Amino acid sequence: MKYLCLVYSEEDSLDAVPDRECVDFDTALRADGRCLASEALQPVHTATTVRVRDGRVQITDGPFAETKEQLAGFYIVEAADLDEAIRLAAKIPPARVGSVEVRPVRPIRETVAAERERSAAGPRPA
Amino acid sequence: MEAETGNGGGRPRGSAASDGVRGTVEAQEVREPEGADEIRQAERIRERVEEVYRAESRRVLATLIRLLGGDFDLAEEALHDAFAAALDRWPHDGLPSNPRAWLVSAGRFRAIDVLRRRARFDASLAHVADRLGDGVTEPEPYDDEAIVDDRLRLVFTCCHPALPAHARVALTLREVCGLTTEEIARAFLTGAPTVAQRIVRAKTKIRDAGIPYRVPGPAELPERLGTVLQVVYLVFNEGYSASSGESLTRPDLSGEAIRLGRLLVELLPEPEVQGLLALMLLHESRRAARTSEDGEIVLLEDQDRSRWDRGLIAEGRALVERALSSGRIGPYALQAAISAVHAESPDAESTDWSQIVGLYDVLARIAPSPVVGLNRAVAVAMRDGPAAGIALIDAILDRGDLADYHLAHSARAELCRRLGRTAEARAAYRRALELARQEPERRLLERRLAELASGAARAG
Repeated sequence: MKYLCLVYSEEDSLDAVPDRECVDFDTALRADGRCLASEALQPVHTATTVRVRDGRVQITDGPFAETKEQLAGFYIVEAADLDEAIRLAAKIPPARVGSVEVRPVRPIRETVAAERERSAAGPRPA
Repeated sequence: MEAETGNGGGRPRGSAASDGVRGTVEAQEVREPEGADEIRQAERIRERVEEVYRAESRRVLATLIRLLGGDFDLAEEALHDAFAAALDRWPHDGLPSNPRAWLVSAGRFRAIDVLRRRARFDASLAHVADRLGDGVTEPEPYDDEAIVDDRLRLVFTCCHPALPAHARVALTLREVCGLTTEEIARAFLTGAPTVAQRIVRAKTKIRDAGIPYRVPGPAELPERLGTVLQVVYLVFNEGYSASSGESLTRPDLSGEAIRLGRLLVELLPEPEVQGLLALMLLHESRRAARTSEDGEIVLLEDQDRSRWDRGLIAEGRALVERALSSGRIGPYALQAAISAVHAESPDAESTDWSQIVGLYDVLARIAPSPVVGLNRAVAVAMRDGPAAGIALIDAILDRGDLADYHLAHSARAELCRRLGRTAEARAAYRRALELARQEPERRLLERRLAELASGAARAG
């Protein structure tokens, strides 16, 4: 199963987690073949929020929500089950100063493709 | 002629269908045997099916969940079908030598059949049916033992920390204990739809988030076991003293918790599991003495100790000894040890308060909390006098802890009363009364206030 690990932290707290450590962790994870994507993000003051309402594009400075802990980075990982994803998330270096949200990916490409295939084919014979 | 077992008392609980075994009797078209003897024989077999349901349905469910890839709903349907099949076949074929194995096999067979039929309309299910049906169970990479009781897998899954706390309790009571949604709702004074929703959401999360159906590995076990014990203790406490309302105790929940505790001790003889069971048994041993005939609270020091259940006390004490001798001392075992000191004492006056304070000292070190501090303060007051206890309680309240905890104020009030500090006692009892929610506790506090008033009146 694919899981998204969203890394949240207060930006000051991240000073205690050097980039070197994050890169080493990331390298090891990718070497295992379990990391499908991962990035660190620029600080939250560089964020811009985009919404489209009534056909108009609304642009706001800053993140979508002002919270104490802000999104700092993410990993998309392959894990057998939630327990394995949790074990992995616990090893992400910023987890010791911030929070990591672990959420399963919804495989909409696969399900939509299957649906399209089913409606094209009709019900299978017994 | 519709079959009726005539057994009104032994209704089995639980199951996904509304009515367990009885519902399936009415739903099934039963082939009737000829002759009075055969009819009686069939009746007896149907009663046996009900007995098997009561004794084995939870275990069968736990195994079916594992065999059916962790799918709770599919397993519950399979359980229902298996018992329906038993009602249909056993009166004619006789009781199988291993009913549980027969039921697991029957349930699994039918579930795979259901999946194959559904797969005709949903191609993605076809491979699921194939995988479940190939007769090879996947090896468990985490168990050192050859066979882990599936009920242990079930308990750990229902108590997974990724599930919300309310859901863990509801799911455990439903799947492991076999309570109906209505019974759970009544026990916790919530609505049945709320409970039903919690259970549905929990099962959905188990499926969608990929919560695995297994006993945690050694690295995670201590933490995960803590969550399980927390659920069991919560259920016990909910039964031991209702959180609000008229009735002081709800016996059935405490009984369920103890049953769960016994199962866990059997499957996982860890010191904290033993400690929790001991704690629950020792609390339970005082149930008969804890309320008067009018439903009023009788405090520990006033209880008629001849009404304490000596059998439960003996069992609890033995478990405490086992837990403490393991060398790994945890909070449940310590609390049980404290309870055991009370249980050993022939009367309130003989209570070994020094030993109790000593145990609280250890508890305060390994699992400190304001409530532990409060209980220790009360024990210190018994050993060293009320003033020492008041000083400790004041320190807790001055830190801002337990300001809204009625027992902190009632404890302080009691100690002030013993020192003759009547005005302070009155103020503290009043504060406790503002915060107390259970009717029997409120009445006790009102009685104390009345005693203070009449005492003051006598003093002139």
